[in-house]
Amino acid sequence: MSEFEPTIVAFFCNWCTYTAADLAGTSRLSYPSNIKSIRVMCTGMVDPQYVIKAFLEGADGVLISGCHPGDCHYINGNFKARRRIKLLKEILPQFGFEPQRLRLTWIGASDGIQFAEIMRDLVAQIKALGPSQARLKMVI
Amino acid sequence: MAITAKINVTEQDVLGALRGFFEDILKTEYISAILVPQHLPMKNLVMPTLVAEPNQLNGIDPLAPAFPMNAAGIVSRLTRKPMGAKFAAVLRPCEIRAFVELVKLKQGRTEDVVLIGMDCLGVFQNKNYFQLVGQGSSESTVAFYESVLRGKSSKIGDIDLAPACMACEYPVAENADILIGLYGMDIDRSLLVQSRTENGEQILKQMNLPATDEPRGRQDVINALIKQRTTYRDDMFARTREAAENLEKMSTYFAACVNCYNCRVACPVCYCKECVFVTDVFNHDPSQYLRWARRKGIVKMPTDTLFYHITRLAHMSTACVGCGQCSNACPNDIPVMELFRTIAQGTQRAFDYEAGRSLEEDPPLSVFRENEFAEVVGIN
Repeated sequence: MSEFEPTIVAFFCNWCTYTAADLAGTSRLSYPSNIKSIRVMCTGMVDPQYVIKAFLEGADGVLISGCHPGDCHYINGNFKARRRIKLLKEILPQFGFEPQRLRLTWIGASDGIQFAEIMRDLVAQIKALGPSQARLKMVI
Repeated sequence: MAITAKINVTEQDVLGALRGFFEDILKTEYISAILVPQHLPMKNLVMPTLVAEPNQLNGIDPLAPAFPMNAAGIVSRLTRKPMGAKFAAVLRPCEIRAFVELVKLKQGRTEDVVLIGMDCLGVFQNKNYFQLVGQGSSESTVAFYESVLRGKSSKIGDIDLAPACMACEYPVAENADILIGLYGMDIDRSLLVQSRTENGEQILKQMNLPATDEPRGRQDVINALIKQRTTYRDDMFARTREAAENLEKMSTYFAACVNCYNCRVACPVCYCKECVFVTDVFNHDPSQYLRWARRKGIVKMPTDTLFYHITRLAHMSTACVGCGQCSNACPNDIPVMELFRTIAQGTQRAFDYEAGRSLEEDPPLSVFRENEFAEVVGIN
């Protein structure tokens, strides 16, 4: 049997983490292709429903990553994101989604090396957790 | 100085005593109208009415075990802009708590309204109440409050309170301007009336009601009731957590859901003018449905049922007051309130917040602090 390859939906803010991902790419650093990145203008625009939808569609993990506190291009979007993650971490585990499947990180624009490391670690963690319950099931 | 007074009851006519009190409030300076539940001549049902003439209060029935809607939405509608006058609103504790949430969400204002909070005896589910009023609504109201307040039972025949009320630990109104007390009172003689704010005091001052002290036993009766309700509530939480602990069980829980969104319409704190679930975002392209069906082999139609409920939990559970209107509105008897209260308890606790507790506390998702919740950041 082939190894389980998780799908991780990642929301990257345009100004920091997406730029870090770009930097990792141009620096020819490699990280697993399990990360499906979605560029958003700010982590503060990630409505909880995007995360919920990703999980219900079978994502094995969801990552939201933006600027370090104090560095937000829109001043405080990342603080708002942090509250929403706190909220989702209360709700989703009640329905059987392990809290480790939902992650929030701060990765600055110049942190290309760190970006690749975090992606590798995250994929390893989700692999260890195994497939999410929503995969291949009929979810109403 | 808060005023504690009594409303005298004669000939065991509690509704008559309340009617007199409401008439007198309407006659005071500043108050131009009163919002109060009345049973309507049509079909005997109880609905909120906005009354400007004291002689139009004959049908008042705020003690009926009927809860056609959470009137917080009505008060929000009446207060969103200046009315040009002040009105009083006779509300249940959960209606006041929902209104507090709406004010904080900028959906209403407190300036023009005097909140009169009555001790809540609980209500029946709509369909049960309809069954009961076949026999005449004021008679059934008397039978109900007599039974509850004389310490017998909240049951009439086989009908008992709605689950939301059995689990409600707020039988007494918080954040009212004027409180009307029933629990622990000798209802053959008098009801309790208390001012809780300066606004309330100003009005009671003009009414010259006989002063009294709160009966000593009242708090004990209330505490015993809260204890009983809390036990029921915690048991309900445990049962519901187990019944929804994974997606498969959630799918069973909501198996009868037809995406009618009545629960959202009935919810007093679901205030968005246009909910995302009724926009074109969810009017998917036909080919999209086919793609989903192909990927999984089968999709249940209509789609997005759990997506809707979990998203609604994320959007409004921090403001949920547990009034139970969602369950009341469900055409297929899904225990919506049970799940929403269970999750809401967790989300409100996470932010050290309690819906309806205070006008001063900001809704959790409307504010942030620079240093908080470090535990949700990082991958270790």
